[in-house]
Amino acid sequence: MRVALFVPCYIDQLYPHVAVATLELLESLGCTVAFPLDQTCCGQPMANAGFEHVSAKAMSVFIDNFDLYDYIVAPSGSCVLHVHEHIKAPDSSRPFSDRVFEFCQFLMDVLEVKELPGSFNQKVGLHESCHGLRGLRLGVSSELRKTPYSKPAHLLSMKKGVELVPLTRWDECCGFGGTFAVSEEAVSVKMGKDRIQDHLDHEVEVLTSTDMSCLMHLDGLIKKERIPLKVMHIAEVLNG
Amino acid sequence: MVNHAKNAEAFNQDEARTNWHDETLWFVREKRDKASGQIPEWEALRELASGIKDHTLSKLDVYLEEFEKKATENGIKVHWAVDAQAHNEKVFEILSDHGVKRIVKSKSMLTEECHLNPYLEEKGIEVVDTDLGERIVQLAEDTPSHIVLPAIHLKKEEVGEVFHNRIGTDKGASDPYYLTEAARQHLRQQFLTADAAITGVNFAIAETGGIVICTNEGNADMGVHTQNVHIACMGIEKIIPRAEHLGVFLRLLARSATGQHLTVYTSHLHKPKEGSELHVILVDNGRTEQLGRPDFRNSLKCIRCGACMNTCPIYRRSGGHSYGSTIPGPIGAILSPGYDLEKYSSLPFASTLCGSCSDVCPVKIDIHTQLYKWRQVAGAEGHIAGSKKRAMRFMGMVFGSPHFYRKVGRLMRRAARFMPNKWIYNRRNVWGKSREIPPMPKESFRDWYMKNRLGNGK
Repeated sequence: MRVALFVPCYIDQLYPHVAVATLELLESLGCTVAFPLDQTCCGQPMANAGFEHVSAKAMSVFIDNFDLYDYIVAPSGSCVLHVHEHIKAPDSSRPFSDRVFEFCQFLMDVLEVKELPGSFNQKVGLHESCHGLRGLRLGVSSELRKTPYSKPAHLLSMKKGVELVPLTRWDECCGFGGTFAVSEEAVSVKMGKDRIQDHLDHEVEVLTSTDMSCLMHLDGLIKKERIPLKVMHIAEVLNG
Repeated sequence: MVNHAKNAEAFNQDEARTNWHDETLWFVREKRDKASGQIPEWEALRELASGIKDHTLSKLDVYLEEFEKKATENGIKVHWAVDAQAHNEKVFEILSDHGVKRIVKSKSMLTEECHLNPYLEEKGIEVVDTDLGERIVQLAEDTPSHIVLPAIHLKKEEVGEVFHNRIGTDKGASDPYYLTEAARQHLRQQFLTADAAITGVNFAIAETGGIVICTNEGNADMGVHTQNVHIACMGIEKIIPRAEHLGVFLRLLARSATGQHLTVYTSHLHKPKEGSELHVILVDNGRTEQLGRPDFRNSLKCIRCGACMNTCPIYRRSGGHSYGSTIPGPIGAILSPGYDLEKYSSLPFASTLCGSCSDVCPVKIDIHTQLYKWRQVAGAEGHIAGSKKRAMRFMGMVFGSPHFYRKVGRLMRRAARFMPNKWIYNRRNVWGKSREIPPMPKESFRDWYMKNRLGNGK
């Protein structure tokens, strides 16, 4: 299967190893992966800050790079959600919401993965990113009264050696929220600290998530306080 | 201008208290989870409620006039008020006609919205709030911080202090049973000596011309039954078409609000009691304007359960007062900008857009989507700080050009690698106050890909 890899800007610049893990796992699952070289950003940082109108060029760069493809995969629920909701494909019969997939979503829904190579022998805590969970519905949020499931959790349980640790407030927001992390610094930091504590209370060794942006915020707090908790993107865990 | 971030920062100075506030409201959220979980058709019920409200809003004029007609036939005096001032004047007019000097008032967010209490007090009429939480904040000369739990920001020791000073309870007493009993005796005197009652309205039924009031303390009923003049104040969005629709909303309301199956009292009023007057004031106060905004109209579906506040991770960690508006929390953050965008422009940003509010909402208001849309309105109409605007414009340029993006990325990573720590963690680096900045790798993924997949080091 031919797949285009959409690497969110901050992963490209700050966490290249996450994109490498995504690429490697897709390849090992039999995909032919293309990385369109002129991609930049979906425009979400500006749009969520109230400036969707200055993100038009970024959106057209996205379209130029990806419109060709039928399957576009990104290791981020948040960026994928933004593309779904705000970037209009030139051909309305081929909307991006049908073609752009969050990594776990692609593994579960398109590749229908039943087993994963390798093993990962750690106690893992899953941080459900809000945009993946409540936006893309990668799982059922705790507010809804529906049969629970979670695609990222399902994939983790598929990985040999992973001990998935239950958390108390398993789908509470970490407080990143893009510019919120800076403009509402006090609450953002408090939310992050509270999420980390939940993982510590349950003796998590590796905190993982579908979204590196949540993890960037949490890892920033963890490193500042020198907390013994490792942070890894879910692609790294699944590829490990 | 309300600065939510600044207010939230002040709230977070006392971390133990922030934890207490967060846990108290999370406890209510958990009660809601339990109660809603006992109804297998919960999601279908939400869908139905949302549909009924959508339909009602699409024919609001029709149902309001039907209500007026039926209520009038029942002997209720129906009044219309275009805004808060008209509402307050109408209330005063009715009270003046009867020479009222003191009123007992059960909880009504609408009268809070209209600032009725200070208006009447200025005219020499004493207002006694009879909902326990509202009475506490009134005696404390404070304002409600939550629409269902007005005094949730106060600890029982603080309530004890207020009661000691205002209604003479024992100094240092904080036993909830003792304080509640004292409030009960105090309020009983108020009911017996007042001249009129004011209540809110939870639902007004077009088909029957009746109103429904939900309370846990029976204080609305105490007011209604002890007084000969009853004024019920309601926003025009409180209307529902038929009596058969009431059950849908009653099943959702208390479960969403506090995790109760029903409020302790659900009072149905269809006509004035013998020898008494029942007035209903239908208040617009910006609602038709909101109805005219396609992106925001369905905020009028709100049944004021407060579930979005209890679930909101920001509300729980910033307190209701940080919103500086009558209705705080997520729903307040989409309603308030409709009244005064300049004043409340920071509220749509008091959110991570996590979407918990939309998923918990019993009438399925797309709250977080509307927060996003208000942000765009605030951005387009110039209500966002110049520094942020310039930063966003610059980012727009960077991400608009693949070449420029790569150049800026490379420069940023290199600069951060070579810069001394004290330069990076300067006062203007808000991110770095409590967080390390991310690692700054030598190569981007694109660089890696060129080398490792395309065999090209460029």
